[in-house]
Amino acid sequence: MNEAMAISLLLGSLAAMVPIALTSIGAVISERAGVVNIGYEGILMFSAFFGAIFAELAGNGWVGLLGGALVGLLLGALHGVLTVYLKGDHVIPGIGLNLLGAGAVAFGIRAYWGTAGQHQVPSNAQINPLWMDAFGNSLSPLVPITIAVAIIAWWVLFKTPFGLRIRAVGENPEAADALGINVELYRFTAVLIASALAGIAGAYLSVDWLGTVTKTISAGRGFIALANMVFSGWNPLIALGGAFLFGFFDNLAIYIQNNPWLAGTIPWQFIATLPYVVTLIVVAGIIGRARPPKWDGKPYRRE
Amino acid sequence: MSLKSELKGYVKPVAESVLAILIGAFVGALVLWFSGYSAGSAYYWLIKGSLGSIDGIAETLSKSAPLILTAITFAIGARTGLFNIGAEGTVYFGAISAIIVTQHLQNPIAGLLAGIFVGALWALPSALLKVYRGVHEVISTIMFNWIAFFLVSWLAVSVYYNPKDPNSTLPVPPSARLPLLMKNTSLSWAFIVAIATAVIVFIVMWHTKLGYELRTSGQNPRAAEYGGINPKSSMIWSFLIGGMTAGLAGAGIVMGTPPSYAITQGLANVYGYGFDGIGVSLVGRNHPLGIIFSGILFGALSAGATAMQQHAQVPLEMVKVIEGIIIIAVAVPGLLDLFAKLFRREGA
Repeated sequence: MNEAMAISLLLGSLAAMVPIALTSIGAVISERAGVVNIGYEGILMFSAFFGAIFAELAGNGWVGLLGGALVGLLLGALHGVLTVYLKGDHVIPGIGLNLLGAGAVAFGIRAYWGTAGQHQVPSNAQINPLWMDAFGNSLSPLVPITIAVAIIAWWVLFKTPFGLRIRAVGENPEAADALGINVELYRFTAVLIASALAGIAGAYLSVDWLGTVTKTISAGRGFIALANMVFSGWNPLIALGGAFLFGFFDNLAIYIQNNPWLAGTIPWQFIATLPYVVTLIVVAGIIGRARPPKWDGKPYRRE
Repeated sequence: MSLKSELKGYVKPVAESVLAILIGAFVGALVLWFSGYSAGSAYYWLIKGSLGSIDGIAETLSKSAPLILTAITFAIGARTGLFNIGAEGTVYFGAISAIIVTQHLQNPIAGLLAGIFVGALWALPSALLKVYRGVHEVISTIMFNWIAFFLVSWLAVSVYYNPKDPNSTLPVPPSARLPLLMKNTSLSWAFIVAIATAVIVFIVMWHTKLGYELRTSGQNPRAAEYGGINPKSSMIWSFLIGGMTAGLAGAGIVMGTPPSYAITQGLANVYGYGFDGIGVSLVGRNHPLGIIFSGILFGALSAGATAMQQHAQVPLEMVKVIEGIIIIAVAVPGLLDLFAKLFRREGA
């Protein structure tokens, strides 16, 4: 492997890291507060779609990211009301969100743009790269932002009173309640932060990294993010590293598919399974020592 | 339990499902209105296309067969305390294995058994990862769905492709196809197989020792263990039976759906049944008999979608939106009580 290939693989891995990292950092915050959400796949779909619409209307990719965050926030609020305030099951609304997201985006692409399955986002609505070379390699501003988000999330969770309370309501809500912490409010806030981050991740897919909206744009990344969250042991900094690892395998698959010699030897479909196989291996290998917050996924009712 | 009190227990869940369906239809109408379509015309053609003619009804029942079977996969999981969403990938494998086996053994029974057997086999790794490595089934089954998609795509495109038709795999040979129940429709014995499977699963789950053990492990794993039930073996059985029904769903699609009797390009005609089955199961309250009804409802949505797109110009994906909203409504805890409270407050 020469230097140019290494650079392209590194930049590609960083680009693929962003959506998984943002989503799993959000998931870490939400589960630290005790709320499980498996609906990130749906949030990614919705915010990729609406993010592109916002970006095109404004002619500005950053507006798209903001719009994606807003859409994520609204969907998170729905999940939060069902789970935190109505004490419902944590998994079923997520399944509903995922199914709704897949349906609504497939419907929306046809209804809004009148094309079946795919829409190219015009370049004026995309986010300009920080750096670009003649070979098409580029670095998105979202890469340093994502790294900053991971550091800030880690610092807030483990070094501030706010973070301590978030962790307290996920680990021991009874004690937190006794200390006068509003368990429901902290849980709800954590869900909102998580879903807004996933919303940014979704919009990043359409207005930055991929530059298109497709029916399958999220491609399992919402679930890979959940796997990565487990892998990280519910730690934002390790989640960043894990996301880079998954991004690397995602890119390696694309790289091998585009390499005529390798692609002729191994069917490309085998290589396309790589990120999913790696996810399984990593999660299976790591799970023995991973421990979720004690009240993760359990509704808390005041006695 | 007496029959009367048993029936009474069904009233509330059925009412909640009906309410969720109404909410789905209502919010769906809002989405249509907001997107600039006529909700009246869309729903008219949706119903007319699915229930307005003998052909429509046959199409509805035909579409419901795989949905009923994939819903059972999720339902057995849910009854045993698992969120098994792996039916999707298992359907692909059930379909391709039925095609492969019927190329050699030209017999419908052999094709169905191939689907069942390979379905169970594909479900096994998720079961083992869950039991021995503690990997959450939501993550493992979704990853296996993607892996199945690519592997079956490869088999379909590179190994069992049809040299005469680039858009599909080799078809199931005529002697191995499931006979049609009605001439010139798509309704075949696949529907009977699905209903029979639902009834068998009902009997197994509620009237056998294995079913009792599975359900007890789901309701209260600690009590089950105390009562001498091995929760690990319950989980593995739950995955295996779920894999069998999803594999059967895939085999039924290719063996019982004219005209192609094959997997079409991009796995288009076997895609989505596993995910839709989750919704079917939730609306049917994870009960095999409830699932028969909700399966037919979802089958009708799917059968009517084409007519809706043709005549009302509404993208057929609209039915997926309605389904998604129904599921979220089902997820609202105590939906009925919540509604009752809302109206009481407004009345006062």
